[in-house]
Amino acid sequence: MERPHYPVSLPDMENAISCRGLRKTYDGKVEAVRGLDLAIQAGECFGLLGPNGAGKTTTIEILEGLLTPSSGEVEILGMTWQAHEQELREWLGVSLQETRLSEKLTVRETLQLFASFYHQPNSVPAILEELSLGEKADALVGKLSGGQKQRLAVATALVGNPKILFLDEPTTGLDPQSRRQLWDIIRQFQQRRGTVLLTTHYMDEAERLCDRLAIIDHGQIIAAGTPSELIARLSGHHVVEFALDAVNDDADGLWSHLPGVQSVRSEDGRFFLQVEEPHQTIPALLSVVQQKGARLVHLTTRQASLEDVFVQLTGRHLREE
Amino acid sequence: MAHVETPPTPAVAASKTVTNGRWAGYRHLLGARMKELWREPEVIFWVFVFPLLLALGLGIAFRDKPADITTIAVVANSHAHQVIDLLQRSQAKTAIHADVLDANVAFDRFRLGKYALVVAWDDSGLHYRYDPARPESVLARTQVDDALQTASGRNSPLKTEATQSSEPGARYIDFLVPGLLGMNLMNSGMWGIGFAVVEMRQRKLLKRLVASPMRRTDFLLAMGSSRLVLMLIEVALLLGFGALVFHMRVEGSLLAILLVGALGAVSFGGIGLLTASRAQKIETVSGLINLVMMPMWIFSGVFFSYERFPQIVQPAIKALPLTALNDALRAIILQGATFGSQASRIIILAIWGGVSFLLALRWFRWT
Repeated sequence: MERPHYPVSLPDMENAISCRGLRKTYDGKVEAVRGLDLAIQAGECFGLLGPNGAGKTTTIEILEGLLTPSSGEVEILGMTWQAHEQELREWLGVSLQETRLSEKLTVRETLQLFASFYHQPNSVPAILEELSLGEKADALVGKLSGGQKQRLAVATALVGNPKILFLDEPTTGLDPQSRRQLWDIIRQFQQRRGTVLLTTHYMDEAERLCDRLAIIDHGQIIAAGTPSELIARLSGHHVVEFALDAVNDDADGLWSHLPGVQSVRSEDGRFFLQVEEPHQTIPALLSVVQQKGARLVHLTTRQASLEDVFVQLTGRHLREE
Repeated sequence: MAHVETPPTPAVAASKTVTNGRWAGYRHLLGARMKELWREPEVIFWVFVFPLLLALGLGIAFRDKPADITTIAVVANSHAHQVIDLLQRSQAKTAIHADVLDANVAFDRFRLGKYALVVAWDDSGLHYRYDPARPESVLARTQVDDALQTASGRNSPLKTEATQSSEPGARYIDFLVPGLLGMNLMNSGMWGIGFAVVEMRQRKLLKRLVASPMRRTDFLLAMGSSRLVLMLIEVALLLGFGALVFHMRVEGSLLAILLVGALGAVSFGGIGLLTASRAQKIETVSGLINLVMMPMWIFSGVFFSYERFPQIVQPAIKALPLTALNDALRAIILQGATFGSQASRIIILAIWGGVSFLLALRWFRWT
């Protein structure tokens, strides 16, 4: 059976990154990536979204030329890793997941070191300035906070003056303020026509940052498009979430007959209704609750998010292990 | 293959770009490595301070004492004064110190090691009480007997003459310092390359480096060069220390010492790289490094001559890289040998280093 194919590129735009039929099998057994096609245009920010172990890191490391795929083709800026490794390295900026840079060098020394590998790097003071690392320029890397370390990791990628930025879970484990700082940095890079490929398991990050994204699960793309397209593909664009004081076991069947309800799921005593029109559903919901003699302890309504897309597609949450 | 035009470079706002030359990466890698080493107090201690402490401690423990005085007990009886008289008349009177004591006291103190020998002259003649397991006791017996017999009129048919050998160049510290230098070059090569590389692999720093356009050869070259810089300091410190504190004399040329030192540093760097070629964890590589170095600590003549081992294992011992390094250093430093005269040892060292390096390149994992 042929996998569904998602049209992820516009034909008249050039691709910064493309791959076809990407597969990676470790030790002849574990299939980390199972046939993956991507086409990422120059100047866009593309996200690979998926839970841990979905194959995001394997995919991005193949695209970075750090892993060889078991089969499939990769083209970066129209070149292949086999033929043009040295040129490609000059044009890519990479931030790996969990690299621990040398703790005994200062921030400035670290950036100078990475800049020295490139033929025409950015100036180190400009990068320090742009990533708000100026004050910490002469601090040892070992003394930095988590957010500062992560900014430095991105700085080592930007100092080479790259055309494409690869970021593997750039904000994992960071506090909200540090995350927003990194998002700003990524947007600035994109505004200068840089292409970004990032992996994340944060929904909000993917929704805010990415022009387009692919949801990956078990080494395959299960959905792709712009964040709003993906949400639009959901049956029901709104979510009504509520809880009752007495948990009713067979309630799922009860709620699905309410007007406008597309799907129902319950979790930890809470019910999630995907609905087209909340103003039709909610009055009906309230009257059913009253008939049953139950009392609402929680009721909210919100726009459907990527999280809902993922749950609908897989029946699991993104952050579940 | 069709080339797609590359998109315009997104430059950082209002920044000017710099152009790097061919060796910029190497220079920065070497600079970074030296800074890391310098900022690591443990490295300073193990590479520079520890060998000096070892040399100082062993040099003092095995220093050449002034001609030993043999302390003996003479059992107090009617003949005791005769023994003392004879000793006073003998040539060895300054080398032997004799106390006259009651038999019980004398034997007790002999057992405790205060006296090397107990002499008792009774009617049946001279009795020596000595312990064959104690070298100084055996020596004391011969020495005292000799002194007493000669003073009593014995003639030595052969004329003898003895020269004391405790000149600089033939003492234990002279033997020790080149050995410590060799061992230090091995230690710092194995740890400085092997351990450092695995640590960088474990931190995923190696992977991050090869994701940049860094030349892999520059990285290896920088690691090797950092060893050479440290080698210069190690040689200068140990030889300088030996010369200042123990008045050691360096017979051979400094250039020859540095050439052999450089070869040793680089060869053990190669062996260190091989040890580190696959290991993913610093615990693994620490075990491997100790496993590789252990036989050489014992067999390669660092602290004592490997001539003490059976003849049959001598060829194997001489084939070890540290043995070759130590022998070459000793020959040059102590006997003033030339670099060329050490060709066979240099070849052994170069083969170990070269083969290890080639195998390391073949097996090396950057990720």
